Amino acid sequence: MKLGKMAACAAAFSLAAGAAQAELSDDVVKIGVLNDQSGLYTDLAGPGSVEAARMAVEDFGGTVNGKAIEILSADHQNKPDVGSNIVREWIDVEGVDVVVDVPTSSVALAVQQVTSEKDTAFLVNGAATTRLTNEDCAATGVHYTYDTYSLAIGTGKAIVEEGGDSWFFITADYAFGHSLEEDTSNVIKENGGEVLGAVRHPLSSSDFSSYLLQAQGSGAKVIGLANAGSDTTNAIKQANEFGIVQGGQSLAALLMFITDVDSLGLDVAKGLKLTTGFYWDQNDDTRAFADRFSERMNGQRPTMVHAGVYSSVMHYLKAVAETNDDGGKAAVDQMKKMPVNDFFAQDAEIRADGRMVHDMYLVEVKDPSESSGKWDYYNVLRTIPGDAAYQPLSESRCPLVN
Amino acid sequence: MTELLGVPAPVLFGQLLLGLINGSFYALLSLGLAVIFGMLNVINFAHGALYMTGAFVAWFLLNYLGIGYWPALILAPLVVGAFGIVLEKTMLSRLYKLDHLYGLLLTFGLALIIEGLFRNAYGVSGQPYPIPSALQGGQNLGFMFLPTYRGWVVVASIIVCFGTWFLVERTRFGAYLRAAVENQELVRAFGINVPLLMTLAYGFAVALAGFAGVLAAPIYQVNPLMGQDLIIVVFAIVVIGGLGSILGSIVTGLGIGVVEGLTKTFYPEASATVVFLIMAIVLALRPHGLFGRPRA
Amino acid sequence: MTTLNARTETRAILGSPQAGYVLTGAVALFVLAAPFLGIYPIFLMKLLCFALFACAFNLMLGYVGLLSFGHASFFGMAAYITGHTVKVWGLTPELGIIAGALVAAALGFAFGALAIRRQGIYFAMITLALAQMVYFFSVQAPFTHGEDGIQGIPRGAFLGLVDLGETLNIYYFVVAVFAIGFFIVYRTIHSPFGQVLKAIRENENRVISLGYRVNHFKIAAFTLSAGLSGLAGATKSIVFQAATLTDVHWTMSGEVVLMTLLGGMGTILGPIVGAGVVISLQNYLATVGSWVTVIMGAIFVICVLTFRRGVVGELARILRGR
Repeated sequence: MKLGKMAACAAAFSLAAGAAQAELSDDVVKIGVLNDQSGLYTDLAGPGSVEAARMAVEDFGGTVNGKAIEILSADHQNKPDVGSNIVREWIDVEGVDVVVDVPTSSVALAVQQVTSEKDTAFLVNGAATTRLTNEDCAATGVHYTYDTYSLAIGTGKAIVEEGGDSWFFITADYAFGHSLEEDTSNVIKENGGEVLGAVRHPLSSSDFSSYLLQAQGSGAKVIGLANAGSDTTNAIKQANEFGIVQGGQSLAALLMFITDVDSLGLDVAKGLKLTTGFYWDQNDDTRAFADRFSERMNGQRPTMVHAGVYSSVMHYLKAVAETNDDGGKAAVDQMKKMPVNDFFAQDAEIRADGRMVHDMYLVEVKDPSESSGKWDYYNVLRTIPGDAAYQPLSESRCPLVN
Repeated sequence: MTELLGVPAPVLFGQLLLGLINGSFYALLSLGLAVIFGMLNVINFAHGALYMTGAFVAWFLLNYLGIGYWPALILAPLVVGAFGIVLEKTMLSRLYKLDHLYGLLLTFGLALIIEGLFRNAYGVSGQPYPIPSALQGGQNLGFMFLPTYRGWVVVASIIVCFGTWFLVERTRFGAYLRAAVENQELVRAFGINVPLLMTLAYGFAVALAGFAGVLAAPIYQVNPLMGQDLIIVVFAIVVIGGLGSILGSIVTGLGIGVVEGLTKTFYPEASATVVFLIMAIVLALRPHGLFGRPRA
Repeated sequence: MTTLNARTETRAILGSPQAGYVLTGAVALFVLAAPFLGIYPIFLMKLLCFALFACAFNLMLGYVGLLSFGHASFFGMAAYITGHTVKVWGLTPELGIIAGALVAAALGFAFGALAIRRQGIYFAMITLALAQMVYFFSVQAPFTHGEDGIQGIPRGAFLGLVDLGETLNIYYFVVAVFAIGFFIVYRTIHSPFGQVLKAIRENENRVISLGYRVNHFKIAAFTLSAGLSGLAGATKSIVFQAATLTDVHWTMSGEVVLMTLLGGMGTILGPIVGAGVVISLQNYLATVGSWVTVIMGAIFVICVLTFRRGVVGELARILRGR
């Protein structure tokens, strides 16, 4: 009897608390776009992601259930401590409800800890490590645009199938690089190839000559670049300088963005195969988005990260409008219930581990003679369906799954 | 493929050659530091920032004025040298009477300002600077493919380093300099303008850093932080060579580059640390450095 | 041998001892009441950690007259050790912090033994180079997780009883750590040991001729300074739940030099004031990004050129001159 009373009381209490929670805190939905705004990932995310988030808010109508939407942005300088401190202060002081983008896997992992502790939604677009949906997954996190597994499946498999069956890795020495190297190695071995060795370089290196020389000395057919941004472009340029490709070895850029291709130029980049979650010149919808984006960004075309930021923010706002609750877990739970259907992804869904599953594309960089001009860079070789592109849920090491 | 000590010979020779290229930059920079320390008794923390400035001046010349690599090789050091003279006249010269540490702290502050300004304006991802057309391509040396430009870097820096050594050790101007280092009062008594000598020495040493910056631009990209981590290695080299020793700094600079190259072949993880390890050993055995003499 | 601040007054600042007590009391009261004044507690905790770091550093620069450019390695290594022992070994936070501080002290002893052979500029450069070795070790060693750093260090419970996840609890925990550290610095300076240190700064040869083994004193001071820097770094890693390369990089060494120089080296309260100014600047200028570096550089230059005694040193001089 007594126990029953207590239980009823507790139930009533929790109901009240639940009711109090199910509203938009501070009468405003605040979106914090956190990324690299001065370093090697500036072009692929940076101000473009902030602009993409702004476009999503405008297209949504500027308010959600009558409450204002605000956007904040900050530069995490690719340092995990800087990133997690900004997010902590954003949540504590500014009342930020959702953190978006966050390239650089180490920073994303640090932010995931803070957002899950403080029940704030986290939409990862720029970062790639699969740890975000495995060991380090969170009920408040969504990994939206791509990950190292999908890159490995796309590029690694394609190259091994064409006979590039012995590999040497030049790897950026942090979470993302390790994750990409590991995932690609698995794909290579599963497809009958072998990995001869790897060398690690610090993030944001300027001189790759000694690593390239080791790669050359290994005698591998393929030199896999498990890095990103200007690290990748520098490595490719210097490989050119040292005559690596002329020497019979080929380069595999495991993560490349269209902005990287643009900075390399087609003369250097032609023929590279890469995997991407989005290409602006696919259909009318993607072109329409790209046109609007480039109008606001001095002619730059959107990378997959920019497109992903737009799509994920839009999806988040729809979820919040549905439940009228901007608590992190509540919003993400609702996002998982609704399919994503827009220019970025069709009939895509967010899984229990936070992985957003959508189609990926294997593309080849065009020869200068094929290209009609700036930003006309890719031939889409094949579409990799989401189920094949991403790690199966059954293999996920995320505690939320079981 | 032939092997030496379990490492394919081409890889070993290649790394040694790359080490020599890095060593060329070390030598140019540590030479400048040695001259400044010898003359002014100041550890110039801004040396790395001025090296970076040299690279940026070359980049400005190319992008805004269309002035190419070869003129920049002369112009950029002149600009950086002039900038150095201004710094010396307006700030450094006021600290000579104080403890030398203030010189270190001042130049540290200057380095922060210079690097911060460039960082604000150009981010940290670096601006590309093309290799001059005359030095494109490369030679196949049998054991490795040597880009012509990198070969040129070694040659140019060795010429400049030994030119400087000749200037300091074998000319009348150099004799004044060395005399002023030994005994300023006495040299002044002979009617030589010592403060001017010091200003010129600083300007010259800083110009060397600018020269190194231009040499580095096509290899490393023009990046606001390019001097930041290099400078610490160069400090260690100057300590190993013996503070203030001209020849010591040149030889140690090249030598450390080669040692780093060796380390990269046999134990790559330690390649960034080996220079500091050598420094600790040298200090324990010869506190004044390999080429230094005990000074009062 | 010239020392850095042979002419700096070492007496308790701000004239009379009473004034000092009143000021210290006022500061203590403010620190205790601060969380209720609407100031962001994490900011205050960061400030306290850095103030302790600067005080520890000042012990070397201000009272022994040796400029170390490698103090980041003590600060950062302690942060790593604490992070690792608390996160992986499951130690309680206070044990983790003690472990961090002890390792930092041991590292300081090793640094001191190597660097103490030289003075002045040489000492600065040697400590810098040794610190760089520690930095590269931190990049390579598996337990530090390289570029990723140690993330998500649990704050745990103090003595297994008080939950430090609560903001107020951890705040007063940090205040207590700071008070202990500051007390150690204060007692050291005012002990016979501290007197010998000051004597070494003023005239080393004279102290040697009096029969003191100067190098032993210097190494002891360096070890203590390193240990207290470690205490600060260890506490910071519990507050921010992270230990990363930023903490061991040489720019961190530069920052602590700046704090001490700006506040006034060789004064007791100077480093605290300096840390307060620098951390506030970083916090409020964070929105303007990399301008922070430029402004810090400018402060450095202005300090060196115009007021070498620092804020507190100059203030004390003005008050005395009245």
